[in-house]
Amino acid sequence: MAEPAQDGRAAVPEYPERPRPSRRRFLDYLLGTSTVATLGAIVYPIFKFMSPPQVVESAENSVVAAKLGEVPLNSGKIFKFGNKPGILVRTSAGELKAVSAVCTHLECIVQYRPDTKQIWCACHNGQYNLSGKNIGGPPPRPLEEFKVNTRGDDIVVSRT
Amino acid sequence: MIARRSACAVLLMALVLLFFTLASGQKKSSCIECHAKLEDPRLSAPAKLFDNDIHHARGLSCNDCHGGDPNADTKEAAKDPRKGYLGKPKTLDIPAYCGKCHSDANLMKKFNPSLRVDQEREYYTSVHGKLLKTGETRVATCISCHSVHGIRAITDPLSSVYPSNVAETCSKCHASADYMRGLNIPSDQYDKYKQSVHAKALYDKQDLSAPTCNDCHGNHGATPPGIASVANVCGQCHGRQAELFQTSPHKAAFDQKGLGECITCHSNHAIAKPSDQLLGTSQGTLCINCHNSGDQGFIAATQMRSQIDELIASIGKSTDILDKAERAGMEVSRPKFEMKEATDALTHARVLIHSSSTAEVDKIVAPGLAASVKGYQAGVGALAERTFRRRGLAVSLVFILFLASLVYLKVRQIESRQKEDA
Amino acid sequence: MKLEAVTSWLDERLSISALAKLVSKKEVPLHRHSIWYYFGGMTLFLFTVQVVTGILLLLYYRPSSEGAFESVQFIMTDVKFGWLIRSIHSWSANLMIATLFIHMFSVFFLRAYYPPREITWISGVVLLFIVICFGFSGYLLPWNKLAFFATKVGTEIAGVVPIVGRPILRFLRGGDDVTGATLTRFFGFHVAVLPATATVFIGIHVLLVQMHGMSVPPGVKAESVKKMKFVPNFLLRDLIGWILAIGVLAALAALFPWELGEKADAFAPAPAGIKPEWYFLFMFQTLKYLPAKIWGFDGEVIGIMAFNVVAMLLFIVPFVDRSPENKRRRMIFNLIGLAALLFIVVMTIVGYVT
Repeated sequence: MAEPAQDGRAAVPEYPERPRPSRRRFLDYLLGTSTVATLGAIVYPIFKFMSPPQVVESAENSVVAAKLGEVPLNSGKIFKFGNKPGILVRTSAGELKAVSAVCTHLECIVQYRPDTKQIWCACHNGQYNLSGKNIGGPPPRPLEEFKVNTRGDDIVVSRT
Repeated sequence: MIARRSACAVLLMALVLLFFTLASGQKKSSCIECHAKLEDPRLSAPAKLFDNDIHHARGLSCNDCHGGDPNADTKEAAKDPRKGYLGKPKTLDIPAYCGKCHSDANLMKKFNPSLRVDQEREYYTSVHGKLLKTGETRVATCISCHSVHGIRAITDPLSSVYPSNVAETCSKCHASADYMRGLNIPSDQYDKYKQSVHAKALYDKQDLSAPTCNDCHGNHGATPPGIASVANVCGQCHGRQAELFQTSPHKAAFDQKGLGECITCHSNHAIAKPSDQLLGTSQGTLCINCHNSGDQGFIAATQMRSQIDELIASIGKSTDILDKAERAGMEVSRPKFEMKEATDALTHARVLIHSSSTAEVDKIVAPGLAASVKGYQAGVGALAERTFRRRGLAVSLVFILFLASLVYLKVRQIESRQKEDA
Repeated sequence: MKLEAVTSWLDERLSISALAKLVSKKEVPLHRHSIWYYFGGMTLFLFTVQVVTGILLLLYYRPSSEGAFESVQFIMTDVKFGWLIRSIHSWSANLMIATLFIHMFSVFFLRAYYPPREITWISGVVLLFIVICFGFSGYLLPWNKLAFFATKVGTEIAGVVPIVGRPILRFLRGGDDVTGATLTRFFGFHVAVLPATATVFIGIHVLLVQMHGMSVPPGVKAESVKKMKFVPNFLLRDLIGWILAIGVLAALAALFPWELGEKADAFAPAPAGIKPEWYFLFMFQTLKYLPAKIWGFDGEVIGIMAFNVVAMLLFIVPFVDRSPENKRRRMIFNLIGLAALLFIVVMTIVGYVT
């Protein structure tokens, strides 16, 4: 409540009994800093979230199976494709082929045989050709075939 | 009036007869007609079963095997030896009886060019055939396995020689101790086989590639494989193990001692899923049956077992921690997937032991251990991340509660000021 | 540049001070039921959390059957704090639906729908359905086994309605079965159609609340009731609630992270004991108890139609119970409301226990 001054000077506000300004200012100070801190604690994860991670995208339909230098002629390499293993084969002629590596008989992991130039399952002597077709032994179904492309030095395998 | 009615009746009967003969689509066969009506089931069975027979489906009939005249209407005329009637063959003559056609390549190629024509010859190399030649009539002949008169194609699931029926067919004789009396072979093979991994695959999982009696013993040339050739038989499917065994020191040793390859450790009929307990030098293992403390084999066995045990322990530890992380809510599906490399290595290691070479086993176990350790580290990382999140949560909750209480104090402060202003 | 110069520049163009004056006039009645006033704002706050976390998730999510599951897995493992954003989004959805129910029931029992607030109530009921659609469409987006079957069963139920059921089912599923087409469509609903509609109706709802002011329940004398200023008193209290809500969400995300499960497989059989999210559970459980035939009609159809009728009845509540004077009608409505509340609670519990 300001009382008009009798001597014409500007009204001087009177401070009735209330918590001293220093306490109020202290509370405001604390409030301000902790608000900023909490906002920071909220904004920090958001900004980290938005910045792209090391691996830039989820591997679902295609994956870099290997680099050209890692796969010599007449050899095979197992790679991870989604949740299942795949096998990448480079023939003696240099052609690249990729199929699922899960044997259709009892789900052992198949391998490439450089001597027979076929895909072979060591568990029960199952045989597949390089397109995944089951050509010998117990496997009842072919291996799923994938598409292979090269992008520079990368060998990219994708689902057909 | 009566003439007309009876003429109609005759015409009707003729039409019905014509219809039935046309409907049956078969040439007249008095054999079947008569025998089907006989009361004695042993005599009527052939006629009744023949409908399902593959020979019947190919247009053949009784006289094609038994001779005689199917067009004749009386027993004497039909079964006239001058018309070629052979009657029921004696047991000793059965292979030749069937072989009349089945060993004739020129004849068989008219019906199925890809069928073999050497079954009769092969049969006489079998134990059954050899015994038959000595006059033993208890042995199996063609009809014992293929049945007679109702012979189904081997691709027919109801055939007695369809893969999932073979063991039952063989056991008709071989499982009966009575029947086998005096022949000096056991009669528990069927029971043992039914407990085996192969039987489980064939009967429970319907995996027709799983072996049954004929896959190891042969069918027409049925003989137990010789001791030195067992590995070749098992190796038809278990090629890797056979290959390794045959280049291992065991091959020569087994041959010399007259021990059956593969079956000495794995048994022949009651082949159970092998367990790691068979390998090693502690109580209950198989290696100590031959090897004594200190000899090379003993050392190798001990080492190989410990290599495998180490890998198993490592995989167990890694799987445990990854499961723990998963239960705690962490996303560990990728490290769990990558553990496959380790479990694959374990499967391979268990195959590699057939080489009896610790160096070979180590080549597989070492990368497997590396993969398992990687999985373990991923699990540790996941749990550490969880702890980090909980600590982060605790810290941020402190901030949040602090801020909330400050706001509350501010509210109180503002309201007390408002009250005083009022 | 001084702060006052900036504010006066803005004020000349945006009439901020006029707006501020209006806001400063807003008051909140204080009585023993005032606690329920917080729940509308809490629902709105949680909705804002959904919008923010939802937009963030949009930076990485892929709405196709080949990529959806993997992208959510990617968010949970590779993206920094992805686990936090995703779990908050899932938990906040559930909390929002809970506060929405509390808000709706408190508005019902406190008769905040009496004239002139009928349109506010109607826009609220529309928002209820919009939010339920948000929940149903969002649930499918991770494309995991549970979500796939929940959607299959849910759309199947929609298809059971006579005449319009089949076209509705095909519209929802984008075909006859639940496929990647369903996922794409649900994604479109979830991030575009429903947010736009929700914005409109939230706008109407909140605007009307400001226009009409806070309602006073029938048992309280409107003229003599104590009032509290909205700014800063009530708003700061609101803020405390919102800050605590953030704490609760953070705790839930860190201690009970939202599961991802396994990728959906159209050819695998339904997992055993499958049940929908808790806010659908009471209906699901009721349908399970209905007999196969009721008066010659298929029991399930009758049940679904009954729920639809009840949903429509929600709209006409303010037109049937119109006046605080009609004490008898008020009591009947209280009983109906209580019965409905008990039914929902009991059936939800039964659904969990069995």
